[in-house]
Amino acid sequence: MKKPKLKAVAEGAAVPVLLLALWQFVCSMGWVNEHVLPSPGAVAVRWWQYLAPLEPYDPASGSWLAWAVSGELIIDSIGSLYRVLMGFLVGGVLALPLGLLMGAKPAVYRWFDPMIQVLRPIPPIAYIPLSILWFGLGNPPAIFLIAIGAFFPVLVNTIAGVRHVDGIYLRAARNLGASQSTIFRRVILPAATPYILSGVRIGIGTAFIVVIVAEMIAVSNGLGFRILEAREYFWSDKIIAGMLTIGLWGLAIDVGVSRLNNHLLRWHRGLEH
Amino acid sequence: MNALIEVNGVNKVFPVPGGQVVALQDINLTINQGEFVCLLGPSGCGKSTLLNAVAGFAPPSSGNITVGANIVTAPGPDRGMVFQEYALFPWMTVAQNIAFGLEIKGAPRAQIDATVEKLLSMLGMTEFRGRFPKDLSGGMRQRVAIARVLALDSPVLLMDEPFGALDALTRRSLQDELLRIWQELGKTVIFVTHSIEESIYLADRIVVLTYRPGTVKRDIHVDMPRPRDSGSAAFNDLKRELGRLVMEEQQRHEAAERAGLTTD
Repeated sequence: MKKPKLKAVAEGAAVPVLLLALWQFVCSMGWVNEHVLPSPGAVAVRWWQYLAPLEPYDPASGSWLAWAVSGELIIDSIGSLYRVLMGFLVGGVLALPLGLLMGAKPAVYRWFDPMIQVLRPIPPIAYIPLSILWFGLGNPPAIFLIAIGAFFPVLVNTIAGVRHVDGIYLRAARNLGASQSTIFRRVILPAATPYILSGVRIGIGTAFIVVIVAEMIAVSNGLGFRILEAREYFWSDKIIAGMLTIGLWGLAIDVGVSRLNNHLLRWHRGLEH
Repeated sequence: MNALIEVNGVNKVFPVPGGQVVALQDINLTINQGEFVCLLGPSGCGKSTLLNAVAGFAPPSSGNITVGANIVTAPGPDRGMVFQEYALFPWMTVAQNIAFGLEIKGAPRAQIDATVEKLLSMLGMTEFRGRFPKDLSGGMRQRVAIARVLALDSPVLLMDEPFGALDALTRRSLQDELLRIWQELGKTVIFVTHSIEESIYLADRIVVLTYRPGTVKRDIHVDMPRPRDSGSAAFNDLKRELGRLVMEEQQRHEAAERAGLTTD
């Protein structure tokens, strides 16, 4: 089992390594201005500086651990992840019950669906001016924007999940004597979970996109804020370091959510492997 | 023998675009306690419609059905149904599927666990307890579906082509298992099938239905001792006769289909 895995890693790494080499070569030859495109080496150094604590360790000032995570990148990451989490929770917590209700009750669906169809195509970014008017600066407008970004994917998938529950399960449950509320809790809800979780995955992805934009307008830390700040100083290496960090966090979150999905849906046919 | 299920003058009419289909017409049947009855006929003869009416999923347009002293108005655990598509809850393990009906009933945990264990061993599935349905073969899934219904100890078992999707060998072993359970527990079974051989192998009584409108074409008591030998003369005589009856209806079905095609 080990060899194929190693081979897969080698295959996946070949293209990035080649690109890095090409990038380094172009920079070493002095063909591009280092402010326009810094070399990979410069980016790596900058990334390390960004990650490392700003001041040398002083035992008098507190614990070693607190010092070790006092780097700008870590503070920024925590800030961004906090906003993603809060925004996603607000959006998801509103979307889930509404979606369940709209999926289960055709009347509720008819009341809300037209309005949702109009609001859904509006990108969260279009709410930026209003969010500042309504919530001022700082975390609240950012969380508001992220909540909007997460709300619709969760809502739409939850509705679809409830509406696509196979009628045979409902008949089997009624045959066993289940009441409407039992059917909802123990049949409709679990049967809709695959849809709901894919909504969650899309919602978190959207939240992650929105957080970067939101940080560019309303707050003074976070990964989005940092790459915009770096632009002010022409620190292209720091911009790229910030972008790579965003990419790595996005990947980590998606892998985490997908692991969670696989665990929650271990009963699901689609996941047989 | 006491009558347990009575079907009294049942009609069932479905609206279709441009008219209506009479699925069942004036069906009268009395099924005794402990009897194993097969409803036999080609597709479209209303056998599943009749079963669904007894189950309470689709009430008759007129007439009524009584089970024991009650008129059927809704589905209920006194008439456990086994579906062709298994209809196991895929998010529940084998044990959880079997326990579900008793949990709905509000049975105490200890009783639920004891019943589940008993049924698992009765159907030879003890080691599958913690598996999810997706990891089971068709035959095993249908055993779980049967156990799920048996857990409720309903006097009536309704089976809608339960072995239709299984291969011949699995089908035979489930048929034997069903007969064993039926004899051991004294259930009353209504079993829908379009397999002539299956109906002769299983039933005390075979009710052949006609193609639209669905009426009772023939009501045959099968007096052969069990286990029945599908190679015996009596078995084959009955098979020939049923074959003739069912094929008449099948031909009406196909003729109707062709007529439908030409008028479209």
